[in-house]
Amino acid sequence: MTPLLEVSRLTKEFTRKRGLFGEASTIRAVDEVSFAIVEGETFGLVGESGSGKTTTGRCILRLIEPTSGEVRFKGDNVLAFSRARLRQARREMQIVFQDPYSSLNPRMRVRAIVEEPLVIHKIGTRVERRARVAELFELVGLDPSHLSRYPHQFSGGQRQRIGLARALALNPSLVIADEPVSALDVSVQAQVINLLMDLQERLKLTYLFIAHDLRLVRHICSRVAVMYLGRIVETGPTEAIFAAPAHPYTRALLSAIPVPDPSVPRQRIVLDPDSFDRRAPLKELKAGHFAAV
Amino acid sequence: MSDDPRIAARGSQIAARGPNEPRATSHEERLLSVDHLTTGFDIGGRFVPAVIDVSFHVAAGETLCLVGESGSGKSVTALSIMRLVQPPGRIAQGRVAFNGRDLRSLGEREMQHVRGAEIGLIFQEPMTALNPVFTIGNQIEETLRVHGRATRRSAKQKAVELLDLVSIPEPQKRVRDYPHQLSGGLRQRALIAMSLACEPALVIADEPTTALDVTIQAQILELLRDLQRRMGLALLLITHDLGVVAEMADRVAVMYAGRIVEQTDARTLFADPRHPYTRGLLASIPGGEPGSRLRAIQGTVPPLGSLPPGCSFEPRCPDRFEPCPAAHPGDTLVGGSERHTTKCYLYSRAVEPDVRPEEGRA
Repeated sequence: MTPLLEVSRLTKEFTRKRGLFGEASTIRAVDEVSFAIVEGETFGLVGESGSGKTTTGRCILRLIEPTSGEVRFKGDNVLAFSRARLRQARREMQIVFQDPYSSLNPRMRVRAIVEEPLVIHKIGTRVERRARVAELFELVGLDPSHLSRYPHQFSGGQRQRIGLARALALNPSLVIADEPVSALDVSVQAQVINLLMDLQERLKLTYLFIAHDLRLVRHICSRVAVMYLGRIVETGPTEAIFAAPAHPYTRALLSAIPVPDPSVPRQRIVLDPDSFDRRAPLKELKAGHFAAV
Repeated sequence: MSDDPRIAARGSQIAARGPNEPRATSHEERLLSVDHLTTGFDIGGRFVPAVIDVSFHVAAGETLCLVGESGSGKSVTALSIMRLVQPPGRIAQGRVAFNGRDLRSLGEREMQHVRGAEIGLIFQEPMTALNPVFTIGNQIEETLRVHGRATRRSAKQKAVELLDLVSIPEPQKRVRDYPHQLSGGLRQRALIAMSLACEPALVIADEPTTALDVTIQAQILELLRDLQRRMGLALLLITHDLGVVAEMADRVAVMYAGRIVEQTDARTLFADPRHPYTRGLLASIPGGEPGSRLRAIQGTVPPLGSLPPGCSFEPRCPDRFEPCPAAHPGDTLVGGSERHTTKCYLYSRAVEPDVRPEEGRA
């Protein structure tokens, strides 16, 4: 089975200059990242701030141009696409952002926000688009009678649903969800996660789920990749990694999750960055479970 | 991304504190006691309460967690204790006693002494709580001098000692750094150092680890526990994360829409939650069979300006029945423990005493 998305040796370097005459230095935010996602699965990209997980997501859509590497979507090399072809491809690859407060234009009515992708891609007549927007609103569990409201009239969870409706407007097959619930209240997070799972089933969606909440990742992802300082240090089936994390960073990360049960004894492992080789290549430990050890 | 590796290298395994032992607290031991506090905002000629009839206490050396979602009133409670509520907000009624003194009746000068010197404050975002144009050292020294705890010269030395206390590596060097030169974790450590400068008996920490990565969060929580052990600090910890509560709390107060809806020791709260909201929160944490639907609480938190007339959780409550929409339930003792209270008609028909804050305009 060909994967829906295949990322190989994706690299993004940022250069920065220290002062006016200073030497330019290069930072590899994403360092030879490779993974593949098959249709219908939820693949988790996990890491802390600065690990490069968000940059990876944006490079796939070319919202940020990668320095090198390859991104294949349905077999075609996205990085070689012309602007027109890229625009076409983006109909099938959509993104949901973390912050539902800053990702929706506060001056547009939500109807226009959800309709915008249809307008840009010149899909349907005005009437058809209106009908589609109402349908999308219902799909994400919102009341279509609220379509002429502005974003500030909705709660955080509702705004994230609006962002999702917009992302789904063009019938994408891949949705990159970048920390879609981390800005939401705990009691609302579960609602949005349930919605994401429902939509996946109904619309046969494939998710690249970028997150730092490992409890959540364990719950919804079939496979994960753990990023540390721009590199994937461990990847494989979620249960295999949670059951037997092999990389020191993965171990430290998993042990740091606060357990919501005071009767569970805590065994915290603190990462010793000198205890492993940062350049070590990924090795297969068990079927599909790789670690850079 | 990571905190300074030297900190991380310090012990390869940090043993965590054991069980959250409930402590008996007599009245004498109560360091902070908040009674029937109501705080709100005058908006459009109307008083909109954000904190409604809240009562709790913190004993010397213990950790009380205030848990709640955004809009639950947990931060406004902290601001009310410190008397930092800005107009149009105001404390409508209630008593806040610290070390036997009524904080609401103190003059502004005395209150300034309480803030910082007797009660330390740690905020969520260390970058906004630190002044970007002064070095870390300057800011700690200022705190010490303002509160008369050190002379100009001794303050320098003390600042270095404080940075060392919170395990900032190379404190002699770091003391000359500006906030932007530190990582998020180190900044939060610097802020903790500053809040401890005058050896307060109580520290109020409002979401101290929410802006941090989990591995850094684990280190900061461990630091707070360690300082608490060494200095006998009491901690009022405000958080939305039940994982953090489980790790830190001796006792817990769960807030919803301005009220404390359940209060007990940490073990009991997790083992035997009684309020449907507490139960819902615990049930919605991802776990169980991967891929299964999460047990979400339906609906959203009501806006403070339009709380329902009865129980404020009623519109979302899976257990609601006929008395719920009429009046808000009052505190009821549950579970045979003297210290376990909840506000819910499932356990008794106790109705909340009239707390209409409009009448609190004294």
